[in-house]
Amino acid sequence: MNYFPEEVLEHVFDFLTSHRDRNAVSLVCKSWYMVEKFSRDSVFIGNCYAISPERLIERFPRFRSLTLKGKPHFADFNLVPNDWGGFVYPWIEAMAISGVNLEELKLKRMVVSDESLDLLSRSFVNFKSLILVSCEGFTTDGLAAIASNCRFLRELDLQENEVEDHKGQWLSCFPDSCTSLVSLNFACLKGEVNLASLERLVARCCNLKSLSLNHGVPLDALQKILVQAPQLVDLGIGSYVHDPDSETYHKLKCAIQKCTSIRSLSGFLDVAPPCLPAVYQICLNVTSLNLSYAPGIHGTELIKLIQHCRKLQRLWILDCIGDKGLGVVASTCKELQELRVFPSYVFGVGRAAVTEEGLVAISAGCPKLHSLLYFCHQMTNAALIAVAKNCPNFYRFRLCILDPTKPDPVTMEPLDEGFGAIVQSSKSLRRLSLSGLLTDRVFLYIGMYAEQLEMLSIAFAGDSDKGMLYVLNGCKKLKKLEIRDSPFGNGALLTDVGKYEAMRSLWMSSCEVTLEGCKTLAKKMPRLNVEIINEKQQLEASPPDDRQKVEKMYLYRTLVGPRRDAPDFVWTL
Amino acid sequence: MEGCLRKDEGCPQLLDLIPKNTEWLVQRDEQRRSGSSEEKKLELRLGPPGEDSRERNESPLSLGYFSNKVSMTHTNNSGTKRGFIDTIDRKILNNNGGQTQNPVETALSSPWPSSFSQGKAPQCLPVMGKESSQPCCTKGVLDAKQKAFSPPSVNTAVPNSSQKRAALASASTAPAPVVGWPPIRSFRKNLASSSSAKMPPESQNVVPDKVASEKPVGGCRKGMFVKINMDGVPIGRKVDLKAYDSYEKLSYAVDELFRGLLAVQRDSSAVGIQNKQEEEKVITGLLDGSGEYTLVYEDNEGDRMLVGDVPWHMFVSTVKRLRVLKSSELSMLCLGSKQDKISLDAALK
Repeated sequence: MNYFPEEVLEHVFDFLTSHRDRNAVSLVCKSWYMVEKFSRDSVFIGNCYAISPERLIERFPRFRSLTLKGKPHFADFNLVPNDWGGFVYPWIEAMAISGVNLEELKLKRMVVSDESLDLLSRSFVNFKSLILVSCEGFTTDGLAAIASNCRFLRELDLQENEVEDHKGQWLSCFPDSCTSLVSLNFACLKGEVNLASLERLVARCCNLKSLSLNHGVPLDALQKILVQAPQLVDLGIGSYVHDPDSETYHKLKCAIQKCTSIRSLSGFLDVAPPCLPAVYQICLNVTSLNLSYAPGIHGTELIKLIQHCRKLQRLWILDCIGDKGLGVVASTCKELQELRVFPSYVFGVGRAAVTEEGLVAISAGCPKLHSLLYFCHQMTNAALIAVAKNCPNFYRFRLCILDPTKPDPVTMEPLDEGFGAIVQSSKSLRRLSLSGLLTDRVFLYIGMYAEQLEMLSIAFAGDSDKGMLYVLNGCKKLKKLEIRDSPFGNGALLTDVGKYEAMRSLWMSSCEVTLEGCKTLAKKMPRLNVEIINEKQQLEASPPDDRQKVEKMYLYRTLVGPRRDAPDFVWTL
Repeated sequence: MEGCLRKDEGCPQLLDLIPKNTEWLVQRDEQRRSGSSEEKKLELRLGPPGEDSRERNESPLSLGYFSNKVSMTHTNNSGTKRGFIDTIDRKILNNNGGQTQNPVETALSSPWPSSFSQGKAPQCLPVMGKESSQPCCTKGVLDAKQKAFSPPSVNTAVPNSSQKRAALASASTAPAPVVGWPPIRSFRKNLASSSSAKMPPESQNVVPDKVASEKPVGGCRKGMFVKINMDGVPIGRKVDLKAYDSYEKLSYAVDELFRGLLAVQRDSSAVGIQNKQEEEKVITGLLDGSGEYTLVYEDNEGDRMLVGDVPWHMFVSTVKRLRVLKSSELSMLCLGSKQDKISLDAALK
């Protein structure tokens, strides 16, 4: 095998894009390791504290694309205090110093400061793509730096970030020479942007394919933008409010009709339903529709819109669509692969909601469904069994019953059987979130059948340590396990400590695990960081009792030991 | 433990949930037999309760498992939700010659609290009581089941979680406020609360089926609600005129508001029994006199006017209340005249 010159090997490895394949290739022999090492183009780091930037650069000196994830998933739901960590600055600094030719950076749940963005924009001449998902810590000043300094920027994609608005006209900072934008998404920004600058920017970026506007962009500006960018493939509408009898609306209709490439539609952050008919035309070809931020579209208007979307593959919607509405989806959207139904009560709108009936209807009408996130008021075992039978291809199944310990309302039983059917039927299930009344039995099923499971979220479930043990013993591919408010304790935690090195992370909050158990684990496994988050404990003078239960524990494998940026309330044991 | 978790070994009755025409687990003949008839029954049917009762006669479930009402809903959903429990029941029935252990009694000691409003039998998990009597599984699994399904009070270390769960279960139908539940990204929640602040006031944690019928406006305009009554419907509604920008939209909304109610009125006056499947007739022609009903309004001077004559914004600025009249009655009334207003009011009230 060593008869191939390195250039040939490298060329062959170019065809390997998955990280797992590349990792496997590195293990074959030393020369393969070296070739792969220098040709690794893109690196994925699922936990930014598992490795240090310096070691990353040493291991893959020529990477150009980096994906980093910071805070644990439950941080999304306010379970992790604000200053926990996940700072990107040290990474950017290290890469800048080492002369990494960074072109793409994707961050999720990280703290990004304006300084980091500024440093990023000035340090990497070829920087092309910045994607920030659920991040925080920056303002529009940081965005201004990116706009000003990244000469070849192709992609600026901001998804659900908390960004402070400094009213600084960041969008106007794109120089006139910037014509390279392919994707611009600023839907999550709260402030206004300079509309004239936006129109000019869109006009000169002829390769712009994806554009998502925030609510500060009104309908008349949208009309002008669409005239300039009929080549758009992905459109996020900001404000969609106007008089449907007006000239502007008429012009918008004409402009939209020329946008024959649009396949993905989202936004409608402010909407006047009478204006919706203008988009019916593009709905005919749309494969992805995200109305989860559009409580203003509901009832018959929503149904009418959906009835035009016969080619839909991905639908994100609010539960005010109701079971009947889901029935319409089931009969219209035969190609549906992914469905997410979010609760509308947060918008103060809750007129209808969904139950198991809607889900069963969808499963019956949309056999290609493989990814689900479903917030509902109730679920029955019968429904889950039917869904399992209708759709055996789930790789992601996340159910959230708004009352988290609710049993099957018809039989009053736990939902063990229903979830059991799901894991038994969907053999390629990779991600599962449970809710409802659940006993240890559901974990027995999961351990037995969920062979491909990588991520499991548990809340208010189980009866004893056995539940957690079934999962740890049975799910060989488990990478992330997050548990809250469940009666699993030291017994479960300590039975197979080696398992945690094969996983990315474990989160346990409001469980039965004690400080002593965590200390024991930390002692046995030096390559794990066992972090305890105890916000209240800070105030107590006396050292905490080992027998006390731990409020929040987050442990993860790491090659670089305890992190140095942990705040006071985080103890690494 | 490891052994019995492998599905190719004999872990029998746990997973007889799915029809046998796939490669799913089937361990016992009895289950196979009952399985093939279950294939058809696994089709979830959502008709009214009591429909499939003839098919369900052999099921032990209707034998006083719960109260009658609950077992009728069982028949509705055929064998599906029972799954494992179903086959266990059959086995007991077969083995014990018809004696079904009353699960209710064994479950009485369970500390599972509940808020279940159906509230017939003790709302505990009869599942627990039943299964602990099963001798048929392999040892490891049996251990698991026995331990798993003994009442949680035996498990001493559980105050926090079970307290929380108790609190949650005993809460009313609205979800109790628990930190981080339901798991919605804070970004989504924050955005939602900032936009809903602009909407007409509605309770944030409202249970959906209690919500008022008003459509919230997508934007930050204040609502303008006026009363609207319809001939033949004793209860009036309110519409937010700011939600519409044309007479067509208003007309459409009136149809949406009253169509159902009108159908109910017709039905109950004719037959006296309400049937949900009753056909609802669309209310059309409100504005041009072509329909069965016509839309009129009372303006700020107290006059009754026909809707549709003046530009929309002018209409909105003068309208005080709306009325949907039978078109046949219109000709009998002299609209816009103060003399007749009294008789008009009397006739319309």
